[in-house]
Order: sequence, then structure tokens, then C-alpha cells
Amino acid sequence: MLRIHTSQDREAFAELFNHFGPRVKAFLMKSGSSMTMAEECTQDVMVTLWRKAHMFDPARASVSTWIFTIARNRRIDLLRKERRPEPDELTWGPEAEPEQTDVIALQQESAQLTKALADLPEKQRILIQQAYYGDLTHSEIAEQTGLPLGTIKSRIRLALERLRHAMK
Amino acid sequence: MNDMTQINHHLTDELLMGYAAGSLPEAFNLVVATHISLCDECRAQLGAYEAVGGAMLEEAGLNAGTAELAVELDAVLAAIDAGPTEPPAAKPTPGVFPSALQDYVGGDLEAVKWRGVGMGVKQAILKTSKSASVRLLRIPAGAAMPDHGHHGTELTLVLQGAFKDENDRFARGDIEIATEADHHTPIADVGPDCICLAATDAPLKFRGLLPKLAQRFARI
Repeated sequence: MLRIHTSQDREAFAELFNHFGPRVKAFLMKSGSSMTMAEECTQDVMVTLWRKAHMFDPARASVSTWIFTIARNRRIDLLRKERRPEPDELTWGPEAEPEQTDVIALQQESAQLTKALADLPEKQRILIQQAYYGDLTHSEIAEQTGLPLGTIKSRIRLALERLRHAMK
Repeated sequence: MNDMTQINHHLTDELLMGYAAGSLPEAFNLVVATHISLCDECRAQLGAYEAVGGAMLEEAGLNAGTAELAVELDAVLAAIDAGPTEPPAAKPTPGVFPSALQDYVGGDLEAVKWRGVGMGVKQAILKTSKSASVRLLRIPAGAAMPDHGHHGTELTLVLQGAFKDENDRFARGDIEIATEADHHTPIADVGPDCICLAATDAPLKFRGLLPKLAQRFARI
């Protein structure tokens, strides 16, 4: 990401594209996009990534998290034709260089989170996936799966407790 | 903009996760974004829920052919060459409303087009998608909101002044989350007019004939 921002490095961008392009497309298709829509949306996401590279802060989010938020917003924009209100940014003006130790800590935590998600019991993990992939509220998951809303809420709560525990 | 006021009533896990995943109605997104603009604690929590989304994206991989990828990459690079670079985002104008809300109002507090809804209470409905609605409410000190129960979920975020209900007091930045089980009568506390941002995913039902009729006119 840094190479894209500081030196407009197209080789670095190609690497990023090869890794994330298929993932963003798969993510959008799992969220109910058609193939054409997913391709168009992925292209937009990758262009946005290039253009907003200067706004990426590696001490605050991993690259995959940052791309996830761009893809999510683009999906809301394209599929739902809605605006996406965003919180005010914390800092304005020239950003300080991120501390290297913060960046490394965040990378370690991201790896820890990925592992913790993979280690979740199947039933809990599926619900978390539906909440993110499926663009579904808890009540909509209840309608789709036929599970009682209370069960869904408690499974998600348990999943979150496990994640929190794993991240300590 | 960061207010140093103590916030005691926060977003739930369900709302934070829904906002991170992008599954909430637009009206709820606006209330959540406005609260997070005022609340560092919920902002940090949101970061965690977005990180879950990042981890999901990482494992969403689909096998794409290298030839296909190369074609797509060329298309993206062509689009990059065709367009301008992103201008830096505009600095938010400080005010009573965080910038997410200012975008919907078309300015800060003084730009709101209030309409009376009876008993000194005023409201301004903000335009969002239809799955839920959001409005600003202005309640003079000591005045009560009409007594109402809820279908679905109602979020009420205080932006100025404070209100009290049977259980608690809510001041700037505090969010009250009411569900179908709740039946309450909030009263604006002494001090400046209480201004709230309130979203609901179902029409409010008022007790008694008069508010019900008023409700139809007021499009609550």
C-alpha cells in the first residue's frame, strides 16, 4: 500500500489486485450480486483503492479491513442506491507517520483474529458469515434460517465473547 | 470533532456489527455514524467489527484464472489513467451536528426546517430510504413527548440538552435504544431545548385518539 501511495508503484498495485480482486468479487457474489455487478463493483473498489491510497493508515486498519470497508460502501451505493453516512474523521491535516510498532501490533492482531474466526464452532461461524456476507440483519437471518431470533442473538453473542477472549 | 462530555449510553453489539457489515437501513446508519462521531469508545469497537469483515474478505477467495485477472487489471489501470486522483476530503464544519448529519440537514442546527407537531414539540424529517425513517426532534425543557409504544426498534440520540425517562437521563452523545417491550414517556430536562436524532424501523403507535390523528399528518 505504501509503495502505491508514495511512488505510484503499478507493480505493487498489480500484486494487491491479484490478491484482493478475486476476493472482493467472491465477497460481493456471496452478498447476492450478479457476476456482472460484482465485476463492475470490484473494478470500482480497486480504482478507489489506488486513488485513496494516501488515506490508508496501517496503524489503524489492515489492508484487508480497509478494502472490506471500501467494498461494503460501494455495495450499498450500487445495490441499494443509498448514501452511506460515515463518522467524522479523527484527525485532519497532515498525518504523522505511523509508528512501526503500532503497525506490527496491528498485523499480529489481524492474524490472531483470522485464526480466532476459523476456530469458532461451526454454528457460530456460519452466523457471523451470514451477517457480513449476506447483508442480513439478525431478524432477516431468523427468517431465512427458521431459527428463533433469540438463538441467533445468543450464538452471535457467544461468538463475539470467544473472539474477545482470543484477542486478549 | 470530539466532545469531552461523558457518554454513558452506547451502541449495542448488534448495531455496531450491522453498521460494520452494512446491513442496517440508511436511517439507522445515520444515527450510528453520528453517535460514533461523538464517542471514541464506540469508534474503537467499530474498528474491531470492521476487522472481522476484513478477515471474512481474506477468506472469501475464489479461484480466478490468471488470464482473466490480467484482463481485469488492465481495465482497472485504464480507469485509473482516465480519472483524477481523489481530492482530500473537506474539513468538517464544527457545530452542534457532526458532519454526517450536517450532510443530511444541509447545514448545522440553524438550517433545520422545523415543523410543530403539538405540545411545543417540533420535528424535521430527514430524507432516507424507506425501510426506516429518521427525524430531528426539538422538545422544550419540561415538555413530554407524546406517550408512545414501539413496533420494531427506535434509536434516540441526544445532540443538545437532555431528556429523562422513567429509568435514566440522556445527554449529548447518549443513545437510547428502545424495542417493542419498552413503553416510555421521555421528558426534556431543564436547560436548553432538547434536540434529538431519532430513527425507527416501524411507525410509532401513540396511545389515544388525538396523537394518532396527528401522527398521520405529521408522517411520524
